[in-house]
Amino acid sequence: MRRSVLVILSSFLVAVLAHAIDSAPAFDDPVLQARYQNLTRELRCLVCQNETIADSNVQLAGDLRRELRGLIAAGKSDEEVLKFLTDRYGDFVLYRPPFIARTWVLWGTPIIALLGACAIAFVIIKRRAQLPLDDDSEVGTKAQ
Amino acid sequence: MKWRFVVPAVAFVALVAFFAFVLKRAGTGDYNPHAIQSPLLGKPAPQFQLPQVEDMTKTVDTRAFSGRPYLVNVWGTWCVGCRQEHDALIAIARQNAVPIVGIDWNDELQPAQQWLGSLGNPYVATAFDNQGKVAIDWGVYGAPETFLVDAKGIVQYKYAGPLTMEVWQREFIPRIQQAGSP
Repeated sequence: MRRSVLVILSSFLVAVLAHAIDSAPAFDDPVLQARYQNLTRELRCLVCQNETIADSNVQLAGDLRRELRGLIAAGKSDEEVLKFLTDRYGDFVLYRPPFIARTWVLWGTPIIALLGACAIAFVIIKRRAQLPLDDDSEVGTKAQ
Repeated sequence: MKWRFVVPAVAFVALVAFFAFVLKRAGTGDYNPHAIQSPLLGKPAPQFQLPQVEDMTKTVDTRAFSGRPYLVNVWGTWCVGCRQEHDALIAIARQNAVPIVGIDWNDELQPAQQWLGSLGNPYVATAFDNQGKVAIDWGVYGAPETFLVDAKGIVQYKYAGPLTMEVWQREFIPRIQQAGSP
């Protein structure tokens, strides 16, 4: 019991060792810093494409974060910053895909798949429920 | 025919066909699921003025190339694919079809100069983009990348990946012929 407590506590220490990927100095203005951090989580790293530029430590992500800081410091709005990036990299740079005509398959498929699975389950369960009650075959009599 | 066997069998065959199709395309070397369609196509090429790698007292200015088609090739000494395509670039440059402007991306000056010195220089001029700002303007997300700009200054085509003579013939030559006159 003691040992497992020790293991759990020391694992917290390891977590503390995780290094910050974004080592740039924070904005003095906390509002700007919050906007900056928010935007870095909304933009995709084009190299490691399933990461945001907040999480990616490749050179391009660092360059993009630097551009972001410059734009925010220059007083650009969030929309202007995002437009700067989509002008250069297209919609794909937005980590959260926009919900437009072109992406309906992406957004719709999980819902359609879920509804489809529910429908199939419903049909199967309904069919099973209609089996005669005394069809006990091997259910409950075989050792598991 | 038992339906519960047919459905998985059909699904299996469909999957095999799909994977075969994907593998076949991947084998051609052109299949790149990470590729991003460039939003620059059909738009004016981003302009830049950067120091020239071959002579840092000089400036590479895109305005000097307006009025005729040119290629922009993004490379770096750290980039393996760039080393692979370098010989093809030299051969392409010898054909003298269009000038090739280099962008040396996120690189150091000395290695870049040594690279051009020892491997040969296919570029009319190479821009030193060590900050990566110009590359971002061009929507570059990897190296090597090659852009074709027409005589009107519009980006007509972008190829991501090492250039080969085959790609040059197939994708660039026909477009250069169209990109000709201002």
